[in-house]
Amino acid sequence: MSTAIELRGVEKSFGVTKVIQNINLTIAQGERHALIGPNGAGKSTTFNLISGYMRPTTGSILLRGEEIAGMKPFQINRRRLSRSFQVTNVFANMTVWENLRCAVLWATGHRYAFWKNIDNLPVVRERTAQILEDIHLTSRRDVPAGLLTYAEQRALEIGITIAGGADVILLDEPTAGMSNAETERAVTLIRRLTEGRTLLIVEHDMSVVFGLADRISVLVYGQIIASGTPDEIRGNLKVKEAYLGEEAA
Amino acid sequence: MTDLASSSVAPPRPTLSDRMKFYGIWILTGLVLLVLPKVFSSGGSMTTFSLVGISIIFALSYNILLGQTGMLSFGHAVYYGLGGFLAIHAINIVGFHKWPIPLPLMPLIGGVAGLFFAALIGWVMTQRSGTAFAMISLGLAELVASSALILRSFFGGEAGISANRTKLFKVFGLSFGPQIQIYYLIAAWTLIAIIAMYALTRTPLGRMCNAVRDNPERVQFVGYDPHVVRYIAFCFSGFFAGIAGALAAINFEIANSAYLGAVQSGTVLFAAYIGGIGFFIGPIVGAIFVTVLSLGLSDLTQVWQLYFGLFFIAVVLFAPGGITGLLMMHRPLVRAGMLSRMLPSYAMAALPTLALCVGLMLMIETIVHYTVNPNEDPHIQAFGIPFDAASPITWVTAAVLIVGGFLLARRAWSRVGETWDTTLTAARAKVHAL
Ligand SMILES: Nc1ncnc2c1ncn2[C@@H]1O[C@H](COP(=O)(O)OP(=O)(O)O)[C@@H](O)[C@H]1O
Ligand SMILES: [Mg+2]
Repeated sequence: MSTAIELRGVEKSFGVTKVIQNINLTIAQGERHALIGPNGAGKSTTFNLISGYMRPTTGSILLRGEEIAGMKPFQINRRRLSRSFQVTNVFANMTVWENLRCAVLWATGHRYAFWKNIDNLPVVRERTAQILEDIHLTSRRDVPAGLLTYAEQRALEIGITIAGGADVILLDEPTAGMSNAETERAVTLIRRLTEGRTLLIVEHDMSVVFGLADRISVLVYGQIIASGTPDEIRGNLKVKEAYLGEEAA
Repeated sequence: MTDLASSSVAPPRPTLSDRMKFYGIWILTGLVLLVLPKVFSSGGSMTTFSLVGISIIFALSYNILLGQTGMLSFGHAVYYGLGGFLAIHAINIVGFHKWPIPLPLMPLIGGVAGLFFAALIGWVMTQRSGTAFAMISLGLAELVASSALILRSFFGGEAGISANRTKLFKVFGLSFGPQIQIYYLIAAWTLIAIIAMYALTRTPLGRMCNAVRDNPERVQFVGYDPHVVRYIAFCFSGFFAGIAGALAAINFEIANSAYLGAVQSGTVLFAAYIGGIGFFIGPIVGAIFVTVLSLGLSDLTQVWQLYFGLFFIAVVLFAPGGITGLLMMHRPLVRAGMLSRMLPSYAMAALPTLALCVGLMLMIETIVHYTVNPNEDPHIQAFGIPFDAASPITWVTAAVLIVGGFLLARRAWSRVGETWDTTLTAARAKVHAL
């Protein structure tokens, strides 16, 4: 199977503190991969590196074999990799519909067009409507994103991430702060929307992780201490010690 | 299947009557512009209307930056001014060579000049929005304004460059000498520019401008380079500003360094903001208001800029949505037919506010009398109110009006706030129940 994402010897320092230390990670195409680890381990930083938000200090990041380290976020996004944010990051003054539509425009080839009427783009309209339905926000279509409830904003965050039709998707704690019922709905949604795509997900809820992921990597203090199938990770002593143990306690 | 789903999930497409209404507004606007000179036929109002048209285009072009894309420019007059100068030179050259290019096309030359200059320096400027952009725009405006006095052959120094607009190739036998013909020229361009700028907001680029304004960071993660979005918006803004400047040059038959100056840049910011930068029609409202007010106020008092500044501060503090924002706020009430509930409390608040304003006016004019013309007759008149600036009665009256008006107005406006909250809640409930 071909690889979707590959990190080779990636390091990231902020000043003198090395937050990411020599990460090597391979994620196959079509795989659902969970990245777990305690707070401050560097999970979001890893996302920032892969999505171009930050540039690695050293090392290389390959997307389907192409070097993307040092590329701008929009260049990486145009290569069909899309990410969500741990802290909701939407267009607060625009309606839910407009938020999703913005996320559809580039992928449908409209780019910076100033000669096309936005209301006359049937493909954009259809795709936006589809995503709106998928994330169950139909009834909130015309509400400014800033006025949504927390769970709704999280759903919109996922919607924006997947709207462009990227086939490599990075979700950073999509269910954080949700109730059990909301989490369950979100996971069903994520499972369905990432069908046949590559998913890298940061998640703290272990039932979600073990239910969803094909493979799991454990990040502690900027280092991957284990990587494997859910069963392998569950049985791994180092992981129990460093992370799962404390969770169980 | 998906088609069915999307047709119910997506916002409803505009119905035929919606569309008729939409085009009806433009046609109506066109008709109003057409008959305006028949209703107000004095030469003075012709001049006013011409200036209003120019400033509408200019303010809308400014709002492409501020309201649509979130870029605060302190130097928008640069593109207006360069458009004006290029148009003046073009009129002179075309007139001299007797090329068959008529006057109505000259604004296009101004527009291209604005576009060209914006395209030239915009790439560096639009790298950042926010403070960096604001500072660079200010610095650049100073640079261009000062070179206007140095590069005399192009800018004509203090006197500027003049032209004779009647010397060009004539179409339909129009000489463009009389102001009425200039009015129609400006009105036509204003309508075209408004429609074009409105259409721009309804394009993929226009929508992404709003996205960049709201959250430039996230824009990058849906495939867009916010820098490019800002740059294209900046170019459009320069283009329409250039058209406005060219129309001004045609109107006055002169272009001088004032076109490029800080006052011009400040005025357009005022107009857009006072009108309301969050709405497409905001800058139109603001441009009309500010132009008419500045023409009217200068007859009423010699320190009209001071009142203007106070008014601007009041808008920023109390009505950040501008005049349009204030009006739009009332839409839910109008829909629920509950606007009348607000009127008594508005009336209650208007009275002490007016008293406060009169008191401030007396104070300002008295101070102006003593500082600017202390040796002249103290029996002065401002805003049509005659009073004696040397009389203690005036001073006491002013003090009482200011203090009393302020205290009463504060209470009255907080009452207005309470009434507003209950009325709005009631209006929402009513509309919901329907
Ligand atoms: N921009 C930054 N500048 C400095 N330190 C940062 C920055 N971003 C993250 N860090 C630090 O890097 C470490 C890892 O953070 P993060 O990747 O957000 O952890 P996680 O997502 O695993 O909880 C933390 O100690 C955090 O303080
Ligand atoms: Mg994190």
